[in-house]
Amino acid sequence: MVQIKGSTRRKLVGFLILLPTLVSLGVFVYVFIGWTVGVSFSNWNSFSKLIKGEYIFTGLRNYMRLFEDPRFQTDLWNTLFFTLFFIAGCLSLGIILAVLIDKGLKGSRVFQSIFLFPMAISFVVTGTVWSWIFAPGILPKFPQGMNLLFKLMGLQALQWRWYTSTTSILHFNLALIPVIIAAIWQLSGYTMAMYLAGLRGIDQALIEAAKVDGATDRQIFWRIKFPILRPITLSAMIILGHISLKIFDLVYSMTGSGPNNVTDVPAIYMFETTFRANRYATGSAIAIIMLVMVAVVIVPYLVTSIKKEV
Amino acid sequence: MRKVLILFVVLLLSYVLLAENQLEIFSWWTGGGEEEGLLALFDVFHKYYPDVEIINATVAGGAGTNAKAVLKTRMIGGNPPDSFQVHGGMELIDTYVVTGMMEPITWLLEEWGIKDKFPEDILKICSYEGEVYSIPVNVHRGNVVFYNKAILEKAGIKELPTTWPEFFEVLKKVKAAGYVPLALGDKNKWTATHLFEDILLSTLGPYNYNGLWNGRTSFEHQGVKEALEIFIELMKYVNENHASLTWQDATLLVFEGKAAFNVMGDWAEGYLKTLGWTPGKEFGWMVVPGTKGAFMVVTDTFGLPKNAPHRENAIKWLKIISSVEGQDTFNPIKGSIPARIDADRSLYDDYLIWSMNDFATNALCPSIIHGSAAPEAFATALNDAINMFVTTKDLKKTHKIIIYAAEDYLE
Repeated sequence: MVQIKGSTRRKLVGFLILLPTLVSLGVFVYVFIGWTVGVSFSNWNSFSKLIKGEYIFTGLRNYMRLFEDPRFQTDLWNTLFFTLFFIAGCLSLGIILAVLIDKGLKGSRVFQSIFLFPMAISFVVTGTVWSWIFAPGILPKFPQGMNLLFKLMGLQALQWRWYTSTTSILHFNLALIPVIIAAIWQLSGYTMAMYLAGLRGIDQALIEAAKVDGATDRQIFWRIKFPILRPITLSAMIILGHISLKIFDLVYSMTGSGPNNVTDVPAIYMFETTFRANRYATGSAIAIIMLVMVAVVIVPYLVTSIKKEV
Repeated sequence: MRKVLILFVVLLLSYVLLAENQLEIFSWWTGGGEEEGLLALFDVFHKYYPDVEIINATVAGGAGTNAKAVLKTRMIGGNPPDSFQVHGGMELIDTYVVTGMMEPITWLLEEWGIKDKFPEDILKICSYEGEVYSIPVNVHRGNVVFYNKAILEKAGIKELPTTWPEFFEVLKKVKAAGYVPLALGDKNKWTATHLFEDILLSTLGPYNYNGLWNGRTSFEHQGVKEALEIFIELMKYVNENHASLTWQDATLLVFEGKAAFNVMGDWAEGYLKTLGWTPGKEFGWMVVPGTKGAFMVVTDTFGLPKNAPHRENAIKWLKIISSVEGQDTFNPIKGSIPARIDADRSLYDDYLIWSMNDFATNALCPSIIHGSAAPEAFATALNDAINMFVTTKDLKKTHKIIIYAAEDYLE
């Protein structure tokens, strides 16, 4: 019998334990990504073509068609604006809340839980509830939700069509605003928690020293605390960014794709083409484009964090 | 230890033995009325075959949007249920029959002697190359307008409109009386397309409408353009918050006395009844203007997948749902009419009797958006086109998109 040295054996056991995970990860993630890429280059745009499985390579045809498709163009604009406003909103609201709570005022712990709470709710629930809040009702006679509130407060001028509005300014569909508000409500608690942890982690000696040097509170915040929080901002941006690029459930339950696709996003289009229209090749192409968008955000982050560890 | 082991073996054996006599029925009937109907059907089944255990495999989601995705995955994966709910027509034929996943069941209908108990047109949409592939359990009508009687009275409308110009006159009067003339809820896009296909039926007439699906009529036909024109005109009378409402919300507007008319399939009748209204008392109905003599068919059917794990039980199931007893148990609860023409009329309400009379005599036209007339790819493309049309009102472009979709997805 061959003797195996202790450390080698430990490594071997570790590898064997990891093996099933590695294999299934490889198959169910990477092989299937490859498979999806393959389908996106094919002619499989109906159920019967998929079943017969006669693979005809069509190159980039599905992609070209997509980029010419007005609905998909709207989707890309929507994703861009949604991502921008959603990240900006979550970060700024998150840092404001964190600073306020960090001041340690009475009851701040309670507020901390309240602000963090929405994160525990599913996007579907958030979407449904906010779709009631922002439902316009029949204006001006039977307003609903926010519009009713405005009416009761005598602010009729503020009533508008919310997510049923079809107004668009420089490709930004105003109907997205209620959706962005709901998304910010859901996730600004998360950024608050991140920033709060960052603020609490700052060495108090640093602050004391600055105070001794005569720095004002504002200077302490902008010159000392804010730069220290930068890595937190970056990782929050990446988490929020990949959520917004592949968002589906919130929009689907809140507005669907809206009139003239004003609130449509790639994930909804992908769902409809694949699972309703049976156009698997086109659906795969949308999925791959989404994957690339997320990868553009995530990969540089992964590369830098791996570099740091090594 | 030994006892536990024996118990375990016994349990396992009994499970295996029981598993031999199961029947898995796949559907999306989880909502009010439909679930009760399905369970009542199960009761009828158990009356005749008490030893068969039914597995009720339902997937929730309106109009089967989620269920269809699950079903497709199971069918591709070679794991079919014993029988499943599918809209008769292209949803069945294009997806499952052409791909060779279904068994023909004409021989069953002949053996049970009931082939002539269903209208020929309805068996035709469940057939492919001369063989029947599924049995319709119910029929819904798509081209119906429901209205609030009190509002019509207040607006001084005495006669029901039968043509579009007459209908527009009526809508104007209702608007002047301060009500929403026509309720629409197209948060889920299909309701606008539902309205459009009804208009299309009126401008083309049943003969040409049915011709769209076998190449006899082209989508360049003048009637398609006219339908788009009427649709745009109708949009002037629709509640402006339509994009935030579902079909139920739109029906609710009629119920709450805010809107006068609502074009919807007759599941809206079932919904109004569950809200507490009696057909003919608080609400009335008429066919969509210009579609008299035509019946827009939406039908739920069940078929026999190849390699069904419990084929014998599936055949028993088909026998029950195609029997008069099965159909008359299910339909009054679900709020639809039986597909068989020899059902017991005394069990149905005024509206359903009216619908049954028309079903027996009218030209039957398959619905696009409910999966009967065209492949799902075409229905989805039309859905998209109409959804954009509601906002852009670009008639020429929309007509072109529809023609292209027909070229791409209709054979």
